[in-house]
Amino acid sequence: MTQPLFEPFDFEKPIYTIQEKIEELMRISEETGVDFQSEIDKLSARAEAFRMNVYKNLQPKEKVQIARHPQRPSAIEVIRQLSPQTWFELHGDRAGQDDQAVVGGIIEFLDRPVMVVGTQKGRGMKENLVHNFGMPNPEGYRKAMRLFSHANKFGMPIVTLIDTPGAYPGIAAEQHGIGIAIAHNIREMARLRVPIVSIVLGEGCSGGALGIGVANEIYMLEHALYTVISPEGCASILWRSPEYAAQAAESLKITAQDLFAFEMIEGIIPEPLGGAHYDPQMTIESVRSSLLSSLTTLTQLSPEELVEQRYQKFRKIGAFEESVLTR
Amino acid sequence: MPLGHWFASKRNNKASLNPESVNQKLTDGDFERLWIQCYNCSERFPKKDIQENRMVCSACGYHFRINSWERIHQITDSFEELNASLRPKDPLNFTDTAPYAERIEKTEAKTNLKEAVITGIGKISDTKFALAVMDFSYMGGSMGSVVGEKITRLIETALEENLSLIIFSSSGGARMQEGTYSLMQMVKTGAALAKLHEAGLLYISVLTEPTFGGVTASYGTLGDIIIAEEGARIGFAGRRVIEQTIRQKLPADFQTANYLLKYGQVDMVVQRQQLKESLYRLIQLHQKSLTLAGPVSSRQL
Repeated sequence: MTQPLFEPFDFEKPIYTIQEKIEELMRISEETGVDFQSEIDKLSARAEAFRMNVYKNLQPKEKVQIARHPQRPSAIEVIRQLSPQTWFELHGDRAGQDDQAVVGGIIEFLDRPVMVVGTQKGRGMKENLVHNFGMPNPEGYRKAMRLFSHANKFGMPIVTLIDTPGAYPGIAAEQHGIGIAIAHNIREMARLRVPIVSIVLGEGCSGGALGIGVANEIYMLEHALYTVISPEGCASILWRSPEYAAQAAESLKITAQDLFAFEMIEGIIPEPLGGAHYDPQMTIESVRSSLLSSLTTLTQLSPEELVEQRYQKFRKIGAFEESVLTR
Repeated sequence: MPLGHWFASKRNNKASLNPESVNQKLTDGDFERLWIQCYNCSERFPKKDIQENRMVCSACGYHFRINSWERIHQITDSFEELNASLRPKDPLNFTDTAPYAERIEKTEAKTNLKEAVITGIGKISDTKFALAVMDFSYMGGSMGSVVGEKITRLIETALEENLSLIIFSSSGGARMQEGTYSLMQMVKTGAALAKLHEAGLLYISVLTEPTFGGVTASYGTLGDIIIAEEGARIGFAGRRVIEQTIRQKLPADFQTANYLLKYGQVDMVVQRQQLKESLYRLIQLHQKSLTLAGPVSSRQL
């Protein structure tokens, strides 16, 4: 490896500096015929130890960077790899729009048709304009709901893939009821009589994520995040400056490990060292195995059990004090 | 000034009354206690007159923000509070410019409230209903675990006792200091409302100044009937966030009650003076219909 695969993040730069030194030594060794092998071995061992140390101790702000990496596997890539043979993409809200920030359709998984709905981020400006940077408008949530209802009618399990900086803050979004669209999805997803599994691929931001996130089981990729507000947004409100984003990321407890500790999610899906973008295929295979076990269990439950299990999952979330004297 | 403060200052005032002070000139502080200036038309009124007018400006109709107990007093004949002892915890051990735990203590002392919502059973005439009233003076009416839990329990009470539900929202959104705990309250309350919906019970949501964020995107907008109080600003994203995103100036009436009415997002805009009567009539009409047509189970939802 001579060139980093990606523009390294600041916290990754020392890794590449050591790497460069090793390569330099190898080059000199080749040119001069002097044997530097023992130095090279030592440096390589140090480099590897350092790399492990960096990636195993990622700070929340570093995870935020990884979760937003442009080369991170997107919903469509996950869909195509999970079901290379079958992918019937379905479009539109049947009310005038096809919001491309939300993609969805029917795949085959576990030998059965499954409805997949996800928020889609683009790569590069052109794709991002099509997918609105993964920020749905109300029409996107209504499109999602239409597909959920379709799945409910035909008994298809639902998989949702979450990767969104949040619902779109725009004029038309407000005029068309972005809040109502999300609220309606939350209420109606709670009533669906088929299994629902949500996977947070990258960013799970705020109500924008919940609009497709009311699931029986939730899994997060190892470096994905789930948060009530973006760290930058939180910093500008509570610290009155976006410069405190790193501190907000820390305080908000948004990592997969945090949410697992809070018992809000069922599992963490491992990523390759450094993040999913270093090996998207392997990452998606990990997604596959989590989905396999989750759907295998959930498809055993009756429609009533599914609705009740989903209700109880969210019903128990909350931290408060209560004196027993009053009701 | 919240009503509680007003009463407190009034008490203090009385205690300090003596013959000398009676003849002293009014200070600025005294003036503020006794008089109120309308934010909209700048007209000044004796505070007592505005209070008697349900905190609505008698010159221009401007609706002053009111606290939860004042609201309950205005729209019910009687009220029995439920789950009054619930208090917030600090699950994330959160600190921004001040520790969350400290903010809780201070807010409680300042507002004399245990959380940003009061829930219970209200009555107008002989009609009972489940009622929740949010209070913006408690940390901007933000929705944390306690708000979510109290609203959810109220919905469960409505289900058990077969009652209509009324929620008055006033909130800046989810409480960031509780992180995903606050976020998930949107699902908890929304899922409980799914049960209320299936049971065929009436839910009237009243959106009051201001209602934003997580409350707008959950129970705030899930009413069978959505009422916006005159003058309320209602939205999902805040005005500043939208302006920064689209880099345009927004129309002056953006996200006002009448703007939402124009775009089909609320059923009606109601003046504060008419609220009690409207709520009562709406409950009566829906109950009458259910009596005539039979319970919802005979029809498909």
